[in-house]
Amino acid sequence: MICYIPIMPFALKRDEKMNAYEIVRAARAKNRPTSIDYMERIFSRFTEFHGDRRFGDDKAIVAGIAKLSGMSVTVIGIEKGHGTKEKVARNFGSAHPEGYRKALRQMKLAEKFGRPVVCFVDTAGAFCGIGAEERGQGQAIAENLMEMISLKVPVISIFIGEGGSGGALALAVSDEVWMLQNSVYSVISPEGCASILWKDASKIKEACECLKMTAADLMSLGVIEKILPEKDGLNKLCTAIKKELLASFGEKLALSSDELLERRYQKFRKIGIASVSAS
Amino acid sequence: MIKRGLFKNPKNQLEGNPKLQKYAVPCVTDEMSISCPSCKKALLNEELAENFNVCSKCGYHFRLNARQRIRLISDGNTFSETDAGLSSQNILDFPDYDKKLENARLESAEKEAVVCGNCEIGGYHCCIFVMEPYFMMGSMGVAVGEKITRLFELALEKSLPVVGFTVSGGARMQEGIMSLMQMAKTSGAVKRHGDAGNLYVAVLTDPTTGGVTASFATEADIIIAEPGALVGFAGPRVIEQTIRQKLPHGFQSAEFLLEKGFLDDIVSRILQKDYLTKLLFLHDRGRKS
Repeated sequence: MICYIPIMPFALKRDEKMNAYEIVRAARAKNRPTSIDYMERIFSRFTEFHGDRRFGDDKAIVAGIAKLSGMSVTVIGIEKGHGTKEKVARNFGSAHPEGYRKALRQMKLAEKFGRPVVCFVDTAGAFCGIGAEERGQGQAIAENLMEMISLKVPVISIFIGEGGSGGALALAVSDEVWMLQNSVYSVISPEGCASILWKDASKIKEACECLKMTAADLMSLGVIEKILPEKDGLNKLCTAIKKELLASFGEKLALSSDELLERRYQKFRKIGIASVSAS
Repeated sequence: MIKRGLFKNPKNQLEGNPKLQKYAVPCVTDEMSISCPSCKKALLNEELAENFNVCSKCGYHFRLNARQRIRLISDGNTFSETDAGLSSQNILDFPDYDKKLENARLESAEKEAVVCGNCEIGGYHCCIFVMEPYFMMGSMGVAVGEKITRLFELALEKSLPVVGFTVSGGARMQEGIMSLMQMAKTSGAVKRHGDAGNLYVAVLTDPTTGGVTASFATEADIIIAEPGALVGFAGPRVIEQTIRQKLPHGFQSAEFLLEKGFLDDIVSRILQKDYLTKLLFLHDRGRKS
């Protein structure tokens, strides 16, 4: 069991006007709150469950059930951890295939018991290493995408820091994706982009702008549904998230599961379609 | 991109490299022969084409473009293309993307990195998509995602099986988050097609990586691969940089994946048409055309 004592104070930025690079820096800040910090403040009676029933337990993903003001919900979060020891144990928030399979198992249980699902996303990306490849990182992510898009309960994903490529998407095929004001979501890290594009990893600032990875950019592209402001600090932010979650789940639970799934499918079906030209 | 071997000594003795003088023997000119990258033996182009672009000495599978593959797999002239005109635009104003698209179109003579359509394989009607390695290494942008999604929707509507050949470097960075969203979109279409009881067979060819591996390539009911194909989520170079050690020989090869249980089988290109025909026959519900 890892002790969850956060290092205060948290670095939620108050500044409204930051460029993309500064936002990336803020999203990666050392003392930024992690998934567990939000879970503790938003939910009560959180009970963590471990393991994917296939290979092992990935500590980079925390999953369990909790109460959201009287409503039972399944909570899944990618956890980076605080302090070196915990960060290492949690692999700096980069999950292995068993982590994604653990998340999927919890989602399937949520479907069985009709619980809505909340996912917190905060990862630089799915881990790439020998073990991850051997156990089918690509297949694990693909399965999550396919199962999430047809999960018969409402799912909301909240990006609280970094959202790195497929590793983030594997927990974000949801009815609604919300992002904190200083969180980012992109297909490749800006460092990777800079080194491919200009063969120069130091051009990271330009890459941050090119990738359109900030919450404001993604909102205007229609990829996300809500931006959550950070200026009032962690506690007020959590109160706001709680209120929003209750309202949103209330609305979605009133829909039939067919209607819910059709809306989710159409949402992803339409993203970016305007940019395709037929000739 | 710097051409590989630009700074090496010229191989042709006509370029005046004295070291190579002793090998000056009558040889077939470059236009007629090619050296196999795996076993280094010379192969006549004509023979190679007859042998499905597979090295007759060592079985190395040369890269094929989408049209060549369709000719090898489909019956006669049964292939009819769908959504041929769809192509991506530079939606994010990404630097140099317009130029890259232009070059890719010239290099591959295709509009996008995937060719979709209907065809018959061994007399069985099916939908087929083949990714194009010469178009930005088969990377998935919005247009690729859209074409594949439409193909699965069409196959669902007509209750047809889908056969897909993947070759891809992953999601297309130049379309940013939009290309990532294609993973979710195509997965949704594959799921709906499958839930209605339709067959989807994926053939993974060299290389299949990134966002394509993590979406429709590994979501098929039956997944086969070509011998020696590189299949993985992260590319080998990225893994080596992350873990700072050299990867073992054959890591992420099709044979490795078969051993780890992620493939149904490895099928040589020469036998692929027969193999696919057999699969379609075994899943046939009495609608041979």
